[in-house]
Amino acid sequence: MSDMTQKTSGDSAARYVLELQNISKSFGLVQANKDIDLQIKPGTIHGIIGENGAGKSTLMNILYGLHRADTGQMMIDGAETKVKSSADALSLGIGMVHQHFMLIPRFTVLENVMLGSEGGALLNAGRVATAAKLAELGKSFDMEVDPDALVSDLNVGTRQRVEILKALKSGAKILILDEPTGVLTPQEATQLFEILHRLRESGVTILLITHKLEEIMAITDNVSIMRRGEMVGHRKTNETNPQELAELMVGRKVLLNVEKPTAKPTDVALSVRNLGCMSSGGYKILDDLSFDVRAGEILGIAGVSGNGQTPLMEVLAGMRVPDEGSFDILGKTITPKSVITPRHMRENQIGHIPEDRHKHGLVLSLEAYENMVLGFHNSDITGEKRLMDKQHMLDHCAAKMEQYDIRPRNPKLLASNFSGGNQQKIVVAREMHQNPKLLIVGEPTRGVDVGAIEFIHKELIALRDQGCAIILVSVELDEIMGLSDRILVMNKGQEVATIDGAEASAQKLGLMMAGIADEAAA
Amino acid sequence: MSVVKPLPRWADLIFLPLINLCVAFFICGIVVWMIGENPFTALAVMIKGAFVYPGGLGYTLYYTTNFIFTGLAVATAFHAGLFNIGGEGQAYVGSLGILAASSMFAPFMPALLLVLLCIVGSALLGALWAMIPAYLQAKRGSHIVITTIMFNFLAFSLMGWLLAGPLIQPNQQSPQSSPLPEGAHMPKAQAVLDWFGVGIADSLLNMSFILALVALAVFWVLIWKTRLGFEIRTVGKNQDAALYAGINVSKIIIITMMVSGGFAGLLAVNEVMGAQHRVVLNYTAGYGFTGIAVALMGRNHPVGIFFASLLFGALFQGGTELDFEFTSITRDMVLLIQGMIILFSGALAYMFSPTLSRILSRGGS
Repeated sequence: MSDMTQKTSGDSAARYVLELQNISKSFGLVQANKDIDLQIKPGTIHGIIGENGAGKSTLMNILYGLHRADTGQMMIDGAETKVKSSADALSLGIGMVHQHFMLIPRFTVLENVMLGSEGGALLNAGRVATAAKLAELGKSFDMEVDPDALVSDLNVGTRQRVEILKALKSGAKILILDEPTGVLTPQEATQLFEILHRLRESGVTILLITHKLEEIMAITDNVSIMRRGEMVGHRKTNETNPQELAELMVGRKVLLNVEKPTAKPTDVALSVRNLGCMSSGGYKILDDLSFDVRAGEILGIAGVSGNGQTPLMEVLAGMRVPDEGSFDILGKTITPKSVITPRHMRENQIGHIPEDRHKHGLVLSLEAYENMVLGFHNSDITGEKRLMDKQHMLDHCAAKMEQYDIRPRNPKLLASNFSGGNQQKIVVAREMHQNPKLLIVGEPTRGVDVGAIEFIHKELIALRDQGCAIILVSVELDEIMGLSDRILVMNKGQEVATIDGAEASAQKLGLMMAGIADEAAA
Repeated sequence: MSVVKPLPRWADLIFLPLINLCVAFFICGIVVWMIGENPFTALAVMIKGAFVYPGGLGYTLYYTTNFIFTGLAVATAFHAGLFNIGGEGQAYVGSLGILAASSMFAPFMPALLLVLLCIVGSALLGALWAMIPAYLQAKRGSHIVITTIMFNFLAFSLMGWLLAGPLIQPNQQSPQSSPLPEGAHMPKAQAVLDWFGVGIADSLLNMSFILALVALAVFWVLIWKTRLGFEIRTVGKNQDAALYAGINVSKIIIITMMVSGGFAGLLAVNEVMGAQHRVVLNYTAGYGFTGIAVALMGRNHPVGIFFASLLFGALFQGGTELDFEFTSITRDMVLLIQGMIILFSGALAYMFSPTLSRILSRGGS
């Protein structure tokens, strides 16, 4: 293997724009990257796919000079190179668009793009030069952005363009995009892909990091698959298929779509009427929202993130007081005047799997068994004695770990030491343990590996079939379409439309998410 | 992703603090040597003064008692993610509870009950003094570090005024209260042990030391065994998750700070009921501030706090001896040693952790 790569590297000047050999990197005992080989042809879109924690981000950070590899070589245009910092990377023509944008919201587009090339003590020269460059780039790639607009006023898709322009301005010929579509609507994602195609035609090489199979299939020329820090395969995209990629990623066969028997909805469990909420800034984040959820059905709530899903879940879970309207939840009416806390909700058999498990769902620096009782610590799962019964909690946690296959099976491990999927399973196990009658679920599989996704989806369906009413909020349209019996689409805190789960398509939902109900229905 | 192999528990809890301590003493030793004294003689004098000379151990434990109370005060607040710098003021104001309880109940209350009521009084006043900054933090968002510091100054001014005015012993010039009635005195350790037939040298050590040990146990049960403690720790580690779990964060902040202030207030039991038998000016003498170092070094755990308190108590007592024996070394040397200990076991607590981890893993493999 190594012999082969040695030989090819000799005449690779023309063949590969970027080549990695035997890259290894470990953090303490954790080997994040192990003997990674990667060859990237110029002017292609190369996908790197793998589950969360497979080592994709570490590898890209090595490429971009944010981490230093322990061993291995890196060659750019056939010449061995050392990238010691992101400044090195930029000067070598490597640009990166991070998953979380690195823009200063209160600066204008021009000021943001200018960062790092301000010129001398006075800004004017740099400003003029950058403006010219920006106009030129915008024209040649058909991605014009108003240079004087404040970044805080731009939508997510446009912000991402600014990030790409920022990378191109420094002359990037290799562009790394880390999970670029996570925050985009399907339409915005399509636009992004068009831009990427144009970039490729003009000779830019693109490295696309993602965990979404359909993106790999839609846009890349070649794909490399990572699992547990190792490269497990390289494929030409048109010679592979999603099933094969998924198996390579996970290392076993996976069900991409969970089987779902027809729902048998019964009584109304939750009835929301004219619900409204104000942000602290005084504008409406929930606006006149009305819907019902019945026992035994899953209501999916689709929308681009930040369109009112978060406050809606917070209100229903008792974490936020609504400003207008009311809702009936398992026979109790909650109005803006009600005194309600998440504790009341839990005591009434309402479960809540929060969107952000690190912020809300878990206390990462507490042990697993303590997290397993969080929010239920006044119930008898902490024992019936006056003091908390540690043994009782440990037993409870061990049983749940068995039932939900949470690894490692160590109730005394800190929550932060579990992988994303296992952390999420702790939350799921906890919120399902009292057989809730209503379950509020937010992004149940965000940052969760494919195997755990399958498991969590099956659990949700099983709970539904036991007669639980489920509200599922997700920005992953596949998840919404795969699980929901009915889908409510939200835009700017309002309901755009509610459609039957069977009638949904990504195209239709995408238009609705943008706030266009009529065209989608037509 | 980045996980460095953690140290074994014993190394983290015992070995590492010992190394830090040794380095601190080593540097102090260099200073002593530069002054022109023999560091080993100085160390021997300190150890003898703190543990061997008649009454030395008694005084060490008497100081230890103060540090346990103020260390617990800081540690309690810390578990809720709060930094209570106000231990000094809370300990000072705690004496008002003793004065109130003793003047109200002394005429008709048997001694044992009176002592108990005075203890409750001191804790209560400490708690109330801490409650105001806690309320401001919980409901108004005023930062507790700032407010508790300000409340120290308020406490100094208030007590200064009271002791020079309304509470001053009649017909006296010095700013101190009238003596406490006999029934409100905390029994001396010497008297109690004498009653059991054990003879020890006289010192200021009194039964408040037992109260401090009880406080350590109460602290342990509260933080790790009760549902309230679970809520306190959850609030301390992740307020958003606490909100999600239905915990009333404001309520927990106020309760925790009151418990914290209560522990600080108990210092008055040792000083006022056990040692001075009256309220004197500035009897808190910086114990409240040193409590921060005690909690830091004791890792907010009762066992750690006990040993850290013992160490600081021994330093206090041994330092007095140092001052006494050497003309060139003053009491300021104790401050230097304290400073070094705080530097190495607080700010630089984990400086030797990677090295130690490497040595241990090499030994293991």
